[in-house]
Amino acid sequence: MIAPSTKAYTYYPGCSLTSTNKAYDISTRNVARVLGIEMVDLEDWNCCGATAYTAIREHRSFVLSARNLALAEKIGHDLVTVCAGCYLALHKTNKYFAEDSRLRENIRRALQAGGEDYHGGIRVRHFLDVLVKDLGEEVICRHVVRRFQGLKVAPYYGCQITRPFGDIDDPEFPVGMSRLLRWIGAEPLDFSMITKCCGGMLMITQPEVGRELTGEILRQARATGADCIATACPLCQINLEAYQRKISSQHGCDCNIPVLYFSQLLGITLGLNPKNIALKDNLTPYEAVFAARSA
Amino acid sequence: MEAVEAAQLKQTFLKDIYAIPDGERIKQCQQCGTCSGSCPTSSRMDFSPREIIAALRAGMLDRVLQSNTVWLCSSCYSCTVRCPAGIKFTDVMYELKRLGKRYGFINRKSTTAQFARAFVKTVDRHGRNAEGELMLRYYLATSPFKGLGQLGLSLRMLLKKRLPFRPHRIKQRKSLQKMIAEAKKGA
Repeated sequence: MIAPSTKAYTYYPGCSLTSTNKAYDISTRNVARVLGIEMVDLEDWNCCGATAYTAIREHRSFVLSARNLALAEKIGHDLVTVCAGCYLALHKTNKYFAEDSRLRENIRRALQAGGEDYHGGIRVRHFLDVLVKDLGEEVICRHVVRRFQGLKVAPYYGCQITRPFGDIDDPEFPVGMSRLLRWIGAEPLDFSMITKCCGGMLMITQPEVGRELTGEILRQARATGADCIATACPLCQINLEAYQRKISSQHGCDCNIPVLYFSQLLGITLGLNPKNIALKDNLTPYEAVFAARSA
Repeated sequence: MEAVEAAQLKQTFLKDIYAIPDGERIKQCQQCGTCSGSCPTSSRMDFSPREIIAALRAGMLDRVLQSNTVWLCSSCYSCTVRCPAGIKFTDVMYELKRLGKRYGFINRKSTTAQFARAFVKTVDRHGRNAEGELMLRYYLATSPFKGLGQLGLSLRMLLKKRLPFRPHRIKQRKSLQKMIAEAKKGA
């Protein structure tokens, strides 16, 4: 029997994890459970006010994020999310709240109008960072029951986990996910597109631009010899998995490659069955990746 | 007339940009072009990030806002982390997006802007995003015909139960709406 780790966190799933990316939510919760991480659900959380909201309503987007911080402050633990967009929005609001007194007063006034308040007492974390820094190699390796064998993975962060602040890893050449991948037996590749932009919502609004950016990531992953891509952002996941056929035919090259969340890869080695990491939700074939684990 | 408008744009923009954290650093732009070279979409912009600051200095912001430039920014923050003058250029882009909205530069062709509008409306209503409603709002505002092109993917997502019909609403919607109303006053 492995002694559970005692650290507790407050968990913020974010909107896309309740629908289009529920596999990310399911795999994260189950991975946390197996690793003995206590994740307290943030009750009645709201949208973080991510990129598309900030674009036209900045002040209001800070208030949206701050409401979640206020709710989390009542619980007291670090606020953990796996969505890169939510991570940035919550983290940025928290930082600006601490640094800018005028903004802080405006935010607090809005929160108070709705019967809440925030005092700046919460730390915002990305789940990947919690795994790598708080748990670390020893705890994770202790829970791994089936290591990957010979699985080459292109680690892919997207933009909004390490940038703009770069306080959990290098903003352009982060290493955390590669370390985690090595701990579970996979071979993280030196991937040139590791933090290059997938186009985000441009895939919907300017598809020709989105397909070019995502296509380059898929092409490079194939050229590097990857068996799969590991993602840490719900929007990156959809962009990379949903348009492979279209991009392949448009660019005249084979861009098909399995795309899995890092939490799903970790879950496989923790002995979770496909259902517990929602592998069937993926739009790319996962069977070969799942089979690459030891007996 | 045009010159007056451009001057007013510049004035409003500078007032707003100086108000955000580190906003004054925009004065220290040395036109090195690191931002443009780092930007994944600058090759498609009528004005690259470096040129935007040049246009600002030349009093030509109106031309920047008339083009689709700022809405090609995907908020990847590559420019922000690389700028030797410490200018948070992604925040500059956000500021320009809002400036354009304020002065009516958003039309049916500004697809990313319409998407942002649809997103704000959806979130303000439910407290959370609802993908189905967002897409419907977006394609109705821009081009319903293009929405048809997404049918294949929508069907694949539906089969995997990744596209819910009903929005997830938060319970404290009234409290949130009061906050939003207060925030509107403060902005």
